[in-house]
Parts: sequence; structure tokens; C-alpha cells
Amino acid sequence: MRDISCQTISETVARLCQEATSLLPDDVLQALKKARDKEESPLGQKILDQILENAELAKKEMLPLCQDTGTTVVFLEVGQDAHIVGGDLNECIKQGVIEGYDKGYLRKSMVERPFSARVNTKDNTPPVIHTEIVPGDKLKIQVMPKGGGCENMSRLAILLPAEGKKGVTDFVLRAVEEAGGNPCPPIIVGVGIGGTAELAVSLAKKALTRKVGRPNADAEVVDLERELLEKVNALGIGPQAVGGRITALAVHVETHPTHITSLPVAVNIQCHSARLKEAVL
Amino acid sequence: MDIKLPLTDETVAKLRAGDDVRFTGVIYTARDAAHRRMVESLDKGESLPFDIRGQVIYYVGPTPAKPGQVIGSAGPTTSMRLDRFTPPLLAAGLKGIIGKGGRGQAVRDALKQYKGVYFIAVGGAGALLARQIKKVDIVAYEDLGTEAVRRLEVEDFPVIVCNDIYGSDLLEEGKSRYKLAVG
Repeated sequence: MRDISCQTISETVARLCQEATSLLPDDVLQALKKARDKEESPLGQKILDQILENAELAKKEMLPLCQDTGTTVVFLEVGQDAHIVGGDLNECIKQGVIEGYDKGYLRKSMVERPFSARVNTKDNTPPVIHTEIVPGDKLKIQVMPKGGGCENMSRLAILLPAEGKKGVTDFVLRAVEEAGGNPCPPIIVGVGIGGTAELAVSLAKKALTRKVGRPNADAEVVDLERELLEKVNALGIGPQAVGGRITALAVHVETHPTHITSLPVAVNIQCHSARLKEAVL
Repeated sequence: MDIKLPLTDETVAKLRAGDDVRFTGVIYTARDAAHRRMVESLDKGESLPFDIRGQVIYYVGPTPAKPGQVIGSAGPTTSMRLDRFTPPLLAAGLKGIIGKGGRGQAVRDALKQYKGVYFIAVGGAGALLARQIKKVDIVAYEDLGTEAVRRLEVEDFPVIVCNDIYGSDLLEEGKSRYKLAVG
């Protein structure tokens, strides 16, 4: 058993919120540079130049990369031998979000009473927290400030098993095509296949925590990722949808066994400002 | 092309989908909640918080300014959400809109009818775009926080013409130019 204090967790979350919103991860930067080299559309090239320059400026001056500093999505991997002391785990993450968004001058975008009054909670809480219990005595925290533009383009379908791979491919392509410029391409496409409705959606989001372009461990899934990336980029949507070769930087697929009657498939899109920062306590 | 704001009919007539433009002058911010209020005002026959004729509205909800900054990060938000509020504002004299992503048919028709232009700025380039904003004043709906209507003075603010007054649509044309047939 190993003690991890709530205060340390809050401080870590506060720091991750600020770093994630200003520092674009290196794998994303490299993918964007590669995209700039491959892009043939002159307008698309200009847009990618602006995106890269924006990342440099945000880093240099610790400014938010994007004004939409998102819903604060937090992925936790809690070691089963870790002991959280000094408070309620979810509450100390919330405190970290409050502090991080205040000190970082980040936008507070969360509203309560979503279908009626839509009142801003004024501190960007509550965060959306996904908790997994894993072996070990550590606590891994990943903070993903997720913008509304791309999150709003999420899709779920429960296909017929007979629709198979073609059904999955058609569904993903349709989701990306309908999203157009809204999710700020070039995008990263997260796809969850299998499980139940809510698990497929969750896998699609989880797929976005993978380093950009790092393939799935399963060879058949890797083939699907490659095929989907090729087809997504063949759509011609391009950077900010002005037309071009690079619509997506990567397609990440996660799968799970499913019921004999089902074929759930979910799409969760990440914008080019693919912000993610992690710490292990 | 460098353009001094506000927009005139003469300037608007020169713009074509795909043109690179830099704005210098005044633009106004407004997004969902402010649009709802402005359109309600028009419906009631009341005046808008600023004279909208010839003006440009920027769909943006900036981050709070850090000490020493005039505005925080300030990139465009998704325009489609504002589609339902846009035709009445164009009818009232609005000439330009800056956002990101495509517009629905009703907005495209209204742009043509009222000779307005829809521009896109690079979504997710909020830090870079903020650098071109030199002065900020809140002019209405302060209670809306990030969604309040602000008057921005901008210099060399980079945008691209997406929908011109002749009915051309950059996003549709761009996509068909780069679309590939894959098996």
C-alpha cells in the first residue's frame, strides 16, 4: 500500500490543465510538420503554417493554443495498491481543475442545466472523469481539454453484425465527411468498435489518448486503421476544410468483444490542437 | 488583399471564394447567446447594441486576458451553430462574418441575397489570431462573460473568403478539387 495525497493530486491536475492547453504534445507537432510536407493545396499549406506558428507562440508565451480550453476530460489509472489520503479523489481532481483554469487564464466553458437555463459554472467544473483500476501502486492522470467543435461531431451506431468491416468503414467516413470543417481538421479520428453502446463511445475517446500514429497492437486492426486513414484523406476535405490531401493526421481504432447480435461503432474526433498531458504519481 | 473596415458594397463585390484577406479596423464579437438576444431585439423592433450596417461579426469567445494582454486566445468557433440567427442579421445590414466550418443553404442564400461575405479564420490558432487584436471594449451583454459582445480593433487580421456574394463556396470547391477515388 502506498499513500498518495489529495493535495498532490490537485496540484498535479492544476499543472496539467495549464500545460496541456499551451504545450502541444511533441507527437502532434511532428505529425503536423509531416502533414505540412505532404499537403499539396496552397491554402492548406498556409493554414498548416499558421497552426505550427500558433503552437510556437503558445509555447513561448504560455498562452492557450485555442480559446476553447474545453471540457476537462480526465483519465485515471488507479493502482489497486495505491491509497488516496486526505480527501475525496474526485473532489481533489475538481479542485485541481478550478485552480488550473483560474491561474492559467483559461476559458470556463461548462454550463449546468444543459437543456434549459445553461448557466455557466464559472470554474469549468465538473470535469469528466474516467477511472480504471489497474495493478500496481501508482496513479496515472491524463488531462485532455476537449474542445466543443470536435466533440460535437461524435457519432454512435449499432450496426448489424452482417454489415461487418464495410459497414464500419462507411460509418466512419460518413461521420468525418459530415463533420467537414467543424472539428478543425486536420483531425485525429478515434474509433471504438464492439462492447456495448457506452463502451464503444468510451473506446473511441480512449483511442485519442494514444500517441499520434502509433498503431494498435493487433495486426488486423492496424490494417483497418491504415485503410481508414487512406480513405479519410481521399475525401479531400483538407486543413480547415478548404480542400487538400490531409484531412486526418491519424485514425486510431480500439476494439472490444461484443454480443453475438451487435456491432457497435463509435467515432470521437480530436482537433489538430490535440491537447493531452499526463503525470504518474 | 488588405481591407480597411467597415466593408463597402464595392469591396465586397471584389471578393472571391479562396481569396486571402487581411482586415484592419473594427470587428464585433458575438456567439450563440448574443445572437439569440440580437435576433430577439430585431423581432421586437428594437435597435441592436451597435449599428450593424457594413460591419463584420466574429464568432469568438476568447480566453480571459492575462495581465498585460488586451485579449486572451481568440480563434473562431463553429459557424453552423449560428446559422439560424444569421439571415435576419444580414437583412439588417451585416456585411461580413468570420467563423470556421461550412454554412447551411439558408445562410448561403442570404449571403447572396443581401450581398454579404462569409470568411473563415484558422480554427485552433487562437494565440496567433489574438496577436492581431489591438484593443477590446465590451459593448453589450456583459453578463454573458466570454459571450459578451466586444468591439475589437484589429490589424492585419488574417481570414480567407469562404462564401462570396456570387454563390461560390470554398469548402465545396476545395473538396471536389482534392477528392480521390479509392477502392
